[in-house]
Amino acid sequence: MCKSMINEIKKSKFVPILIIGTAPLFIVITIALSILYGTKDIDITTIWLAITQFDSGNVDHNIIMQSRLPRVFAALLVGAFLAISGAIMQGMTRNYLASPSIMGVTDGSAFVITICMIFYPDMSNFNLIIFSMVGSAVGAGIVFGFGSFMRNGLSPVRLAIIGTVIGTFLSSISAALATYFQISQNISFWYNAKIHKVDPDILLLAIPFGLVGLLLALYIAKSITILSLGEDISISLGQRTKWVKFISILIVICLTGTAVALVGKIGFVGLIIPHITRFIVGVDYRFVIPCSAIIGGVFLALCDVGSRFINFPFETPVGVVTSLIGVPFFLYLIRTRGGDSRA
Amino acid sequence: MVSNIIRAQKLTTGYEKFTVFSDLNTTIKAGQITTIIGPNGCGKSTLLKTIGRILKQQSGEVFLQEQDMKLISTKEIAKQLALLSQNPEAPLQLKVEELISYGRFPHRKNVGTLSSKDIEVIEWAMDITKTTAFRDREIAQLSGGQRQKVWLAMALAQETSILLLDEPTTYLDLAHQLEVLKIVERLNKEHHCTVIMVLHDINHAARFSHEIIAMKEGEIVTVGSPKEILAKDVLKQVFSIDARIMIDPENGAPVCFGYDTFLEQE
Repeated sequence: MCKSMINEIKKSKFVPILIIGTAPLFIVITIALSILYGTKDIDITTIWLAITQFDSGNVDHNIIMQSRLPRVFAALLVGAFLAISGAIMQGMTRNYLASPSIMGVTDGSAFVITICMIFYPDMSNFNLIIFSMVGSAVGAGIVFGFGSFMRNGLSPVRLAIIGTVIGTFLSSISAALATYFQISQNISFWYNAKIHKVDPDILLLAIPFGLVGLLLALYIAKSITILSLGEDISISLGQRTKWVKFISILIVICLTGTAVALVGKIGFVGLIIPHITRFIVGVDYRFVIPCSAIIGGVFLALCDVGSRFINFPFETPVGVVTSLIGVPFFLYLIRTRGGDSRA
Repeated sequence: MVSNIIRAQKLTTGYEKFTVFSDLNTTIKAGQITTIIGPNGCGKSTLLKTIGRILKQQSGEVFLQEQDMKLISTKEIAKQLALLSQNPEAPLQLKVEELISYGRFPHRKNVGTLSSKDIEVIEWAMDITKTTAFRDREIAQLSGGQRQKVWLAMALAQETSILLLDEPTTYLDLAHQLEVLKIVERLNKEHHCTVIMVLHDINHAARFSHEIIAMKEGEIVTVGSPKEILAKDVLKQVFSIDARIMIDPENGAPVCFGYDTFLEQE
């Protein structure tokens, strides 16, 4: 009996360990694809030379080092950040539609960034990230505030509606402000997710924030699993639920805020990746969180590669690609699980 | 002599502006099955949840072994007291055995794998609830009765001396209701588990309890043995019913075999 149980647990751990173990391989392949394919055909020897003997006068070298390499790292990080945020939000609220873009978190960030661009145009990269996090907190605060205020407002579909309404409202105000203060050009970066224009400096700055968020997420993962069993059960098992929720929200704000500061709003990654991950690895968040990060990062980086070829030779915003995949998935979720309240 | 394992003192609980009960006092005896009965909305579930710290009281204290529960860490409480709420909903993809293993949460120090002691307790919990047969199935594949037994197994895996059950038989068919209550009875007899539960069925309450707490409109009307509670005048006072009571010759428990509502003028 005991043996069968141990085997069972080993079996259930096999898939996530396989994903984590083979992650470096997939990441390397993704990076390679992203460097190899783009609007301009650049041969492998030139790529190799760009990395080993960078020549700042060479246009091809600049494309590799200033554009293709930063954007693939940005896509990997942002994909991972959004996927972890979504996974935590879904586990914590047991709401299968919870995700940074649907619950107004990313819109909050873009809104506060807009305000900052108007009144504080020469913001340092560090401050940009911090204000973006503040914006995430504002967005999440308004949406969940409304949700708790309204009767049954925290149910999945209602909260999604509130999130979408508030998100649209915040974007409209941002757009109006941006037009009035004539900064539409600068601000469109955050609204159309121009991953190909990512700034390598801010990318480096984002890594420590991401690392803190990731480590906290892994630390809290087991508690998220317990929380996903329901509030009553969670308290009965001796979990300090308020503390866990507080840390969880902090992680979401940190990771989503950083993601938006880096490349702007990208929809649906935070929604669909946790679902796909749970489908593959099960509902233990000790595995859901790291595997979401890997799958989310690789997914967004591949979407970014795809975005170069949809309207070749022009770049399509990566958000368009994620929406093309995400919207049908979103409708599928509502259709199949509309009446279900669990994540 | 039976000692009091739980004591509520001047307990007041409510939701926002609405107070469910105020200044309530009650005691629960160790090693007994105590059942709370009463009409809908009388506050029986609220009382159970407050004792199990799922709901925070507005004032008053709950003492666990004469220690104020507010001063005990929630994890420490979880080692002594498990609560099974009314309609627990787990992620449907969860496997039965995995869900039950979460009952070990308060006992586990680190993130690591289950210890041999953990596995032993989980096996015991599955054995006593007869859930071993579907240990590998997902929650989604289980019937209501099977699910309830799995939840009970999870509470048992918590290895506590006190078990709080909020309407554990609701939505179950007759056979499953009895099966769940017999598991509870066995836990009490063989493992000296103190059980506090909320039941709607007064006959089940009478058959399985040592003591019954009868509540109405946020107040405890009376506390007593099944024979004291299943009496015409008490049931009239608590449920406003005209009950016909007899003694079950099989087990000596009082049974309400029929009842009527009182006419308006009475």
